[in-house]
Amino acid sequence: MADVHPVKVTVNGTTYEATVESRRLLVDFLRHDLGLVGTHVGCEHGVCGACTVIMNGRTVRSCLLFAVQADGAEIMTVEGLARDSQFHPLQEAFWEKQGLQCGFCTPGMLMRAYEFLKENPNPTEDEIREAIAGNLCRCTGYQFIIEAIQEAAARMAGTAGSR
Amino acid sequence: MKPAPFTYFAPRSLDEALSLLGQYGSDAKPLAGGQSLVPLMNFRLAKPRYLIDLNHIPELAYIRGEDGFLVIGAMTRQFEAEASDDVGRLVPLLREALKLVGHPTIRHRGTIGGSLAHADPAAELPAAAVALGAEFVVRGPGGARIIPAAEFFVGPFTTVLGADELLTEVRVPATRPGTGYAFLELSRRHGDFAIVGVAALVDLGPDGRVERAALALCGVGPTPVRARQAEAALLGASPTEDRFREAGELAAGETNPASDIHALADYRRRVAAVLVRRALLAATERARKGG
Repeated sequence: MADVHPVKVTVNGTTYEATVESRRLLVDFLRHDLGLVGTHVGCEHGVCGACTVIMNGRTVRSCLLFAVQADGAEIMTVEGLARDSQFHPLQEAFWEKQGLQCGFCTPGMLMRAYEFLKENPNPTEDEIREAIAGNLCRCTGYQFIIEAIQEAAARMAGTAGSR
Repeated sequence: MKPAPFTYFAPRSLDEALSLLGQYGSDAKPLAGGQSLVPLMNFRLAKPRYLIDLNHIPELAYIRGEDGFLVIGAMTRQFEAEASDDVGRLVPLLREALKLVGHPTIRHRGTIGGSLAHADPAAELPAAAVALGAEFVVRGPGGARIIPAAEFFVGPFTTVLGADELLTEVRVPATRPGTGYAFLELSRRHGDFAIVGVAALVDLGPDGRVERAALALCGVGPTPVRARQAEAALLGASPTEDRFREAGELAAGETNPASDIHALADYRRRVAAVLVRRALLAATERARKGG
């Protein structure tokens, strides 16, 4: 008999209740059980950062958490960035500055950049490099990603107070 | 890959966790931050039948100063310790080491006790604990025992912890005001495990000579390596680059590195010598400025 547990999580403002097997990874729960496939599964051992989501206000690797551990948590995924069909400034900047090629690392990059710009709204290039050091881009498009984050920071400073 | 099936428990108290560990023994694994255990489970290198999640035990997460010690509960998150004023004031070396543990996203979940109990020979915190002369409070069915960091690590990913015991608290002697400190490492990318890391503490006497030096290295043996011969040679020495170069050579001779995909043993020894010299210089610079 599989070991199952009830979980209740709020993802991007919507509350979900489900029953999960204890070995269900949070990232698989988001993708397979909730259908939120924006979060990507990369290495499955916490190295690549593709599965990065925000849980209770801080980035976490969703491949290193079991869904049962997220019971009661508030989670934000890449699907929560856009509002009312309007891209978040980070998404606009990634689009315009070619901050993605194949797009596999993008959800993790966006979630990490979202957290980072809240902590440091006006970062230097070196600070951005260090901030995304835990997120791997195998197309090696780092320079454009860095420029996109700089551009987003500038846009968000220009619309201070929006989000 | 995905983890093998297991039965999950979320005890709400230390007593409850210990009783579960006592019941399931070596079939069980305690889950702290999960930043090392869950990868091992995803690879199926670890297949615990029972997983005992310690994340719902608030009594295991705290930081306080106490009678000349910095006292940290084992389930304290690494990012919380890194941001703690008590840590920065009482044991600044620990803060410097923490900044090198993984990435911020890893440190949001990773815990102080989890990293120590996991005992990865390349990890920063075990080496820092050994250099600092930390003590570990361990609880099991027979009550509590206190184990010096130097006796805690017995091999790669192996400690003296019994299957029914938990590391619950880390007690670090507060660093004397004026003591210089440094944690340096070489890694392929920022946030990677160290190829070699060095924790150094230096006290200078009134005559400007080295009164005390503590050196511990990671990545150069099955456990953190305390470089006792190098420390002894530094006693009473002038804190010059030449003397520190000699200490680096001595320390490198005390290491026992292995060759692996990341680096050859001989390369690790050479890097150890250089990093020890640089760490001693950096620590001395801080000692001269008052710590």
